Amino acid sequence: MKPAPFAYTAPTELEGALALLREHGDEAAVLAGGQSLMPLLALRMTAPKVLVDINRIEPLRAVGHGGDGLRFGALVRHAEALRAVRDQVGPAHLLAQALPHVAHQAIRHRGTVCGSLALADPAAELPACAVCLEAEIELQGASGRRFVPADAFFEGVYATARSVDELVVGVRFPATAPGTRFGFVEVARRHGDYAILGLASWARVVDGEVADCRLVYFGADERPSVATRTARTLRGGRLDDPATRARAKECALDELTIAPDATYGEGYKRRLAGALLERVVAQWGVAG
Amino acid sequence: MSDQGFEATAAIACTVNGEPVRATVPVRQSLVDWLRHGLGLTGSHVGCEHGVCGACTVVVDGRTMRGCLLLAAQADGAVIETIEGATASGRVEALQEAFHARAALQCGFCTPGMVLTAAELLADEPSPDRPRIREALSGNYCRCTGYHAIVDAVADAAAHAVRER
Repeated sequence: MKPAPFAYTAPTELEGALALLREHGDEAAVLAGGQSLMPLLALRMTAPKVLVDINRIEPLRAVGHGGDGLRFGALVRHAEALRAVRDQVGPAHLLAQALPHVAHQAIRHRGTVCGSLALADPAAELPACAVCLEAEIELQGASGRRFVPADAFFEGVYATARSVDELVVGVRFPATAPGTRFGFVEVARRHGDYAILGLASWARVVDGEVADCRLVYFGADERPSVATRTARTLRGGRLDDPATRARAKECALDELTIAPDATYGEGYKRRLAGALLERVVAQWGVAG
Repeated sequence: MSDQGFEATAAIACTVNGEPVRATVPVRQSLVDWLRHGLGLTGSHVGCEHGVCGACTVVVDGRTMRGCLLLAAQADGAVIETIEGATASGRVEALQEAFHARAALQCGFCTPGMVLTAAELLADEPSPDRPRIREALSGNYCRCTGYHAIVDAVADAAAHAVRER
């Protein structure tokens, strides 16, 4: 349960970290919060030659909030992000609902939002929230900075659009239209565990009718699953119409791709998908 | 930079339980291993060593963290408090008495982590209800008590603190 030997370096400048990634490529691992990397090292599921600790690069600590939305630098911890969202956007925002489900308090004090995105665990909350809110991931490498839409960033299990010589330096969550309602729900064996299945969503409701909505499941497939057909089924329907809800539930059951899971069967996950849909639609009905 | 450019050890300077400490640590040593083996502070326990059990909980810069998921090398500049420091300062006394009175421990392995986690909860939220206490302790494993007595103890300590106010 001890990591394999590695070289350790903690540069204080972003340029220094990028130079190390350029030099060591896939033999380097970036240490931000380390709340997933350290277990992977301890279990020897990964054994990088060089650990590039970015915790001393002060500019990466920034939290930004303005008319265009929220931005978290690479070192913004889950707990700090939750405080920022609650204080500056409001407790009803999707991230304010989702972040308390990310692991446990002691881990949220250290783990980072960007680290969770960079890891791309298919059962994690934040990749699904990033896809749901159409966030942009900021990547910096030798050739400069590029912005990748979350939907294109997540490619598979622990696989993203990041090149080995790039660093996730931040994430931007665009502002949502006033009156947007959010729904977030997950089923886990214990609070703080990875979800068996979860659902992140937003909806714009006008006079009891769903004008627009977006639904993103996590824990189903190898990356966040955008339930496009189910959202289409709900659009134009009334929130209090049982027939619309039943149609959407049937659609959700059918639409999802369920990746093989060693513990939970496909049938169970499909039933959960329908149940979670009912719960988030009920959350939309409570004006935030 | 060649691999020869990397050191196998790191020099750190930090504060542990109020005392300034300087040390040279192997770069792959975890914070909790250094606290135990380097400083003899064996109140922080090493259970799962991959962030699941919470027995290694320590307070870093005022916040609970997993001692097994930080490197000792990362403690440079940090202010660290272990269960020994929290006990000496008296800040967890009411919780410790409540754990004793409620028999909220059997083997005691999880207790330091439970106490530090509960102390943080009560500092942030003086009157948590039982579901909230369970949620806050969800990252700390106890394999003896079945948790009921621990929740009782935290609820008692919270009620005691509110009465004292």
